[in-house]
Amino acid sequence: MAMLEFQDVEVFYGKVQALRGISLNVDEGEIVALLGNNGAGKTTTLSTASALVRLHSGSVRFAGKDISKAHPWNVVDAGLIHVPEGRRIFSTLSVLENLQLGGYLVKDRATVAKRIERVYELLPLLAERRTQQGGTLSGGEQQMLAIGRGLVAGPKMLMLDEPSMGLAPLIVAQVMRVISEIRDQGTAVLLVEQNARAALKVTDRAYVIDNGATTIEGRASDLLTDSRIVDAYLGNG
Amino acid sequence: MSENVDTTLAPKKIRPPSGRVSRLFESKWLGWVALAIAVAAPFVNATPYALNIMTTAAIFVLLASGLNIVVGYCGLLDLGYIAFMAVGAYTSGIVAKAFDLPLLFTIPVVLVMTVLAGLIIGAPTLRLRSDYLAIVTLGFGEITRITANNLAITGGPSGIFGIPGILKIGDFDFQQPAVFYYVTILVVAGFVLAAARLGKSRLGRAWRFVREDEDAAEAMGIHTYKVKLLAYTFGAIWGGFGGVLFAGHLSAVAPTSFVFLQSALVLMAVVLGGMGNMRGVVIGALVISLLPELLRDLAEYRYLAFGVLLIVVMLFRPQGFWPARGYEPERKPAEEREAVAVAGEQR
Repeated sequence: MAMLEFQDVEVFYGKVQALRGISLNVDEGEIVALLGNNGAGKTTTLSTASALVRLHSGSVRFAGKDISKAHPWNVVDAGLIHVPEGRRIFSTLSVLENLQLGGYLVKDRATVAKRIERVYELLPLLAERRTQQGGTLSGGEQQMLAIGRGLVAGPKMLMLDEPSMGLAPLIVAQVMRVISEIRDQGTAVLLVEQNARAALKVTDRAYVIDNGATTIEGRASDLLTDSRIVDAYLGNG
Repeated sequence: MSENVDTTLAPKKIRPPSGRVSRLFESKWLGWVALAIAVAAPFVNATPYALNIMTTAAIFVLLASGLNIVVGYCGLLDLGYIAFMAVGAYTSGIVAKAFDLPLLFTIPVVLVMTVLAGLIIGAPTLRLRSDYLAIVTLGFGEITRITANNLAITGGPSGIFGIPGILKIGDFDFQQPAVFYYVTILVVAGFVLAAARLGKSRLGRAWRFVREDEDAAEAMGIHTYKVKLLAYTFGAIWGGFGGVLFAGHLSAVAPTSFVFLQSALVLMAVVLGGMGNMRGVVIGALVISLLPELLRDLAEYRYLAFGVLLIVVMLFRPQGFWPARGYEPERKPAEEREAVAVAGEQR
């Protein structure tokens, strides 16, 4: 069953058309990568799903419901969590507080506490640093914190925007490992990446976005050897 | 992540305060001690002059605690805050005079009017961000004062005189300076406590998230517009009650009391005390309101000395006397601890 489904979605920023027809779907328990160059519309696609940006035409459905006209808090409440680009953690607040924000819409405090414990299990380094201010963490740790914050919201599906940005290759591998663990625990993941090689290693399927439209779709293993992808995004290295 | 925060200075670990002074400041008894001092003060010096200064200072503390909700908690720069005090003062003054009521009974009307004022100004402007919001609130502050200056119902430039006292039961008049002082202290203490509690509530946490990073807060499901409007409305209510006390204290209201300088002074109290920390803000408000009086011996140089002192404070304590630390201590109510224990057993 499709968790998230885009159908011919078009988005405008003022007069500029950012999305010219995005169609994609992410199934339950799947990791799907969204690849593409700068300005192709990857981030806009995620922002449209989380209702931070209004769509002009087409439709977005999540877990069987139309969320084209929803508000950001409805989307979060429904279980679709967006981990924005550049991590956007709260640098002056402690790690614990950052995680608590993830549970903001969860009324039951015991559930939030339980989920925070689960995040600490998945990401033990956060447990070590729970009282430390977010801004004093390293880039990789901040990314883990941003993912952890998303998990505390109890997502059915997580959307990650460029989690590898500005991280050393070793750390990127760690982040990718965490992402597959999250999937193994039953959360679907939509992963936006410029680092196509790292992304395709952990994903099941991938879409390529070019100039605001989905152009190529396929299994990750096929795409890794697809000449169009290799030439445009992977290089022959 | 906000770029304007220098995290290199941030402590690696957040520990309970170690120094004796900071422990004293963190003590939960501090508020009671401050209240005790305020209650005892008239027994030390009860001249009309001293009571006047102390009442004015207490009202100023109320205003600063209200602005702290808007600026300190939620990070919305409001340069026209005094306008809400004007709305409160004029509303209670006009209603009390028109119906010959004690000021106490005008409070429901004042509440309605200030909430309305907060919503009317907040609803369109809170879609704006930072600098734009500051400019619009600055404009609103001036519009309010100039409107009051030109309307007949507000008495024009000379304002409203002979406002009835707050309450009179038989022969006992609450308007006597000492009694009015105690009423003021009681009201202000209640509002300061309420503001501090608000800061620690779920809503207070949402305010802090919005202050730190509005976009990230929205992505995590906080209705940022609603949350900001609530901060603004609470600020308006605090300001309105400051206005009622102000009208009662002076028994007269005039537009000159609500000039931009007043907004700036309240903002200064918040910044000087430490934005977001209610205890710091109370101290800041006391310094701002009492220091010019203590410097009275310097005659016409006193505002010069006042200005120099403020600059010195900002040089040595740029975050204010007592900045808010960006965290609330790890609190675990009983049911949470149990839940964690249960989760641990299930593993």
